Amino acid sequence: MTAAGKSGINRRATLALMGAGAMSVAAPWVARAQAKTIKIGMPTILSGRVAQLGTSSRNAVLMEVEKLNAAGGLVGRPIEMVIRDSKGQPQEAARVARELVNTDGCELIIDGEASSGSFAVQEVARDLGVLCIHTCSEASSLTADPKQRIPNAFRSVRQGIHDSIAGGSYAAAIAKAKGLKKWATCSPDYAYGRDTTAEFVTYLKHFAPDVEIISETWPKLFQPDYTEIITRILQAKPQALYSALWGGDLTSYIDQANIYAMFGQMEVFAVNMADYTALTVVKNLPKGIHSGNRYIKTFPATPENAAWGDAYRAKYKEYPTNWSWQNATAVMLLNEAAKKANSTDGKKIADALRGLTIKCPFGADGTVTMRAEDQTLIGYAIGWGTTIPNEPYVPDVKAGDWKQILALEAEWKKSKGYT
Amino acid sequence: MHPLDLDAFAGCFVSSACLVTQTTSGLIIGMLLFLVAVGLTLIFGVLKIVNFSHGAFYMFGAYFALAGYQWTGSFVVALAFGAIGAAIIGLIFERFFISRVYGRDVLMQLLVCYAFVLIFDDVVKLIWGPEFKSMGMPTAFQVPPLFIAGGVVPPFYLLLIGVALGVAILLGLGLARSRLGKIVRAAAHNPGMVSALGINTAMIYGTVFALGCALAGLAGALAAPVRSMTPGMGFSVLIESFIVTVIGGMGSILGALIGALLLGLVRSFGSIGFPLFTDGIMYLFMVIFLVVKPSGLFGKELA
Repeated sequence: MTAAGKSGINRRATLALMGAGAMSVAAPWVARAQAKTIKIGMPTILSGRVAQLGTSSRNAVLMEVEKLNAAGGLVGRPIEMVIRDSKGQPQEAARVARELVNTDGCELIIDGEASSGSFAVQEVARDLGVLCIHTCSEASSLTADPKQRIPNAFRSVRQGIHDSIAGGSYAAAIAKAKGLKKWATCSPDYAYGRDTTAEFVTYLKHFAPDVEIISETWPKLFQPDYTEIITRILQAKPQALYSALWGGDLTSYIDQANIYAMFGQMEVFAVNMADYTALTVVKNLPKGIHSGNRYIKTFPATPENAAWGDAYRAKYKEYPTNWSWQNATAVMLLNEAAKKANSTDGKKIADALRGLTIKCPFGADGTVTMRAEDQTLIGYAIGWGTTIPNEPYVPDVKAGDWKQILALEAEWKKSKGYT
Repeated sequence: MHPLDLDAFAGCFVSSACLVTQTTSGLIIGMLLFLVAVGLTLIFGVLKIVNFSHGAFYMFGAYFALAGYQWTGSFVVALAFGAIGAAIIGLIFERFFISRVYGRDVLMQLLVCYAFVLIFDDVVKLIWGPEFKSMGMPTAFQVPPLFIAGGVVPPFYLLLIGVALGVAILLGLGLARSRLGKIVRAAAHNPGMVSALGINTAMIYGTVFALGCALAGLAGALAAPVRSMTPGMGFSVLIESFIVTVIGGMGSILGALIGALLLGLVRSFGSIGFPLFTDGIMYLFMVIFLVVKPSGLFGKELA
């Protein structure tokens, strides 16, 4: 009786297993036979504190893919995006990426993760050999460090080191012109804030050697109140202030510093100010804050860029973000590379991507290039300008000099032992 | 940067500009914290509940104030919206959920409160969206700061300190002198006896909980013009409120006031003298009190 019962369960279980096995063998074959749709997987952050950025990444990708599909798809194959939430957790990003390839049958990966997650996805790409384009991680080491690099991963993102060189050069010119020698810094106390600030200061001093940092303040990430930070800076009486605060932290800081009239007492350089997520939220935006561009539809001041920004806004009822243009560029790059390779095979696209220059609304000269040596994006629009309280918010952006950026980046890589 | 800047620290005490600026900035930080912490301590004193979800009412206060301000353009209405909105949600929360865990295991109370921290955050996300919001400074306060003895004092912060101080005085007098205050104190001592006298203790509990939430809501509303709002913004305020109540003594209004001001001053002067260790000092204070005097400065005064 017991034996019979046992064997019954065993038989049923065996049948179920066989059924499942048959399904899994059959399913991919059916999928391949039915259509030539190409699935592209995308882990990104759709919930939590930076959900706004992840959502704007998804939006940009979907907008570009829609255009591509209307024009016949990726070398004739319609694209289907499979986009999943990683909740901003690296281990979840890695799991999602693996699942997208192994279970969902995605042939390419667009990695819409912030820095911490992108390193995890990079390892999955290394393991599976799938073509992966990072679209949000600004951490330079992801592509600059040869130990990290793999032939099948690319980065379509602005980079911390590029921003620091362009920012340092811009700020130094103003420091010299206005005699700003005493500087203070105020940046969030975690890897991004510390690294970006250190790099900015390095290049500020490189271009203006007599600059001196007289006060450093490191508020916590997501700190609600900056009163003691602000009054400390006021006591130090610097002539200029650099800040890498971003998002809600930056707007809180501005609101609180405003009532101390801080912006009248020193020149303020906030690298993350000129992003619509902050510009449109802060109610009393002071005039004259210096900021790096993130995404702004008036820089580069071309009809293509303005049209892209307007189209995005019309479709999603909000402005694109810094992450949006990077994701859109990734889709454009994939399309051009696939055309050049005349194939949707990941390896062939990767070969075509190396050194590829494409026309792009976000290019400094109307084009961007996927640099062959470290498979990262260069030539994108990069610049600094000062804010006004209303649109276009940063009316006059001074473009960074890519020749200078590339030369100093090469030195920086050497100093880090990357080349 | 040197972690200990004793020269600057000492220099601050002989410079009237530094002294005025840092003292007022300490008062600002302290008074807002007091409004949140006093609700927490009041609820604990009477209801014997550690309201772990108290930060959520600070968040509700800020968001309701934003709604009220956007609707009417009046900051006074915004303050009323913040306080009353938080009180109403607090009352509903107390009647339907908290009242079921009175006298239960602390772990049980904590779990219920924590569940609601997550639920409240999601409610805010559903209504106002996940991205951060900013209310902006009301036009009446878009004025240059005052210079008092060389120190910088924004007028908006004077209002903030004034309102919080007014609340502290009203609350202290109300509890000591008014009939309701006496009943509340009696209920904190011996709820069984109070209900035996024919007084509706359920109503007293509900009122105290709603009042505590209204105070947190008022704090959120007062902070709304200068702090950006996000779902989950109540959390960091809650942690600091707990430090305040540990130092001041759970259940003591005076303790909450002194504790909050102490914390505010440590942060403002600490940022001059030992900027890398201000949080450390705060926690150190808390640990010392937990070890040496667990009841805090004025513990058990109300209870």
